[in-house]
Amino acid sequence: MKLNWFKYASPVTFYPLAGKLIPGFALAAAILTVAGLYISFFVAPTDFQQGESYRIIFIHVPAAWMSMFIYIVMAGWAAAGLIFNTRLSSMMASALAPTGALFTFIALWTGAFWGKPTWGAWWVWDARLTSELILLFLYMGFLALHAAIDDPRRADRASAVLALVGVVNVPIIYFSVKWWNTLHQGASVSMTMAPKMAATMLLGMLVMALACWMYSIAAALARVRCIIIEREQQAEWVANLAKEPT
Amino acid sequence: MIWKSLDDFIAMGGYGFYVWGSYLVTAIVIITEILLLRARRRAVEKIRQAQAVLSQGEL
Repeated sequence: MKLNWFKYASPVTFYPLAGKLIPGFALAAAILTVAGLYISFFVAPTDFQQGESYRIIFIHVPAAWMSMFIYIVMAGWAAAGLIFNTRLSSMMASALAPTGALFTFIALWTGAFWGKPTWGAWWVWDARLTSELILLFLYMGFLALHAAIDDPRRADRASAVLALVGVVNVPIIYFSVKWWNTLHQGASVSMTMAPKMAATMLLGMLVMALACWMYSIAAALARVRCIIIEREQQAEWVANLAKEPT
Repeated sequence: MIWKSLDDFIAMGGYGFYVWGSYLVTAIVIITEILLLRARRRAVEKIRQAQAVLSQGEL
C-alpha cells in the first residue's frame, strides 16, 4: 500500500479530516476526565504528610506536563512552517499556543494553591516557578507578536523565530529542580526509578494527563479549523465547502 | 470510602479552599476556552456562508 504522507499537509484536505477527528478526541477527553476525577477523589488515599491538599497535584502535574509538551510541539510546527514554508504547519502552531498558555496558567495557579498550605507562600522566586512563569510569557509573546503583524505569513515567520528561541526554556523548567536548589520538589514520576507514591495516586495522575492530552488535541484541531477558514476565506475551496454539510 | 459525609468531602480535611480553589478555576478556564472556540466557530461559519453566496453570484 502506498501512503501519501503529504496528502493532509494541505488545509484543503486537512480541514475535513480535522472535523472528523474532533468528536472522538472530545469524547475521550470527557470520559477520561470523569474517570480521572473519580480516581483523584474517591480511590486515591489521603496523603500521610500533606493530608487532602495533595489532591491538587492531580491537575497540577498533568497541566505542567502539558504546558511544556505543547510548547515543544508548537515550536516543532513553527519550525516546520519556517523550513518548508507550509502554511498549515504555521496554522497548527498558532492553534496550539492559546491551549498551551491555558495549561501554563493552570499549572501556576494550582501550584500557588498547593504552595500556600504546604510551603506557607503563594509564590516564591524559585527556579522552577520562575521558569514556568517565563513559559507563560513566551506563549503570550508568541500570540501578541503574531497578532501585531498584519500579513499572516510574515507573522508566522516572526513568531516562529520567537517560539524556537524560547524552546531553550523547556529543559530549564524540566531540570530546574536538579540544577538548582529549589523549594519545588523533584520530579514526581521518573522513567528510571520506582514510583514514589501509591499506585492509585500515580494512576489518577496518568488518567488526568491522558484526559489533558485528548482535550488539547480536540481544542487545537477545533481552533486550526477556524484559523484555516479565517485565512483561506478568499480561496475557491472554502466557497465550495458550503455546498456540502460540515 | 474516604469520605464520611458530603460536608467531610467539601471540607477536604481543612484544605477545602485550596483544593476547590484549584479545581474550580481550572474548570472555569477550560469551559471559557470551549465557549470561546464555539463563538469563533460560529463567526467562521458566517464567513463561510458569505463566501459561498459570493461565489454563486459570480457564476
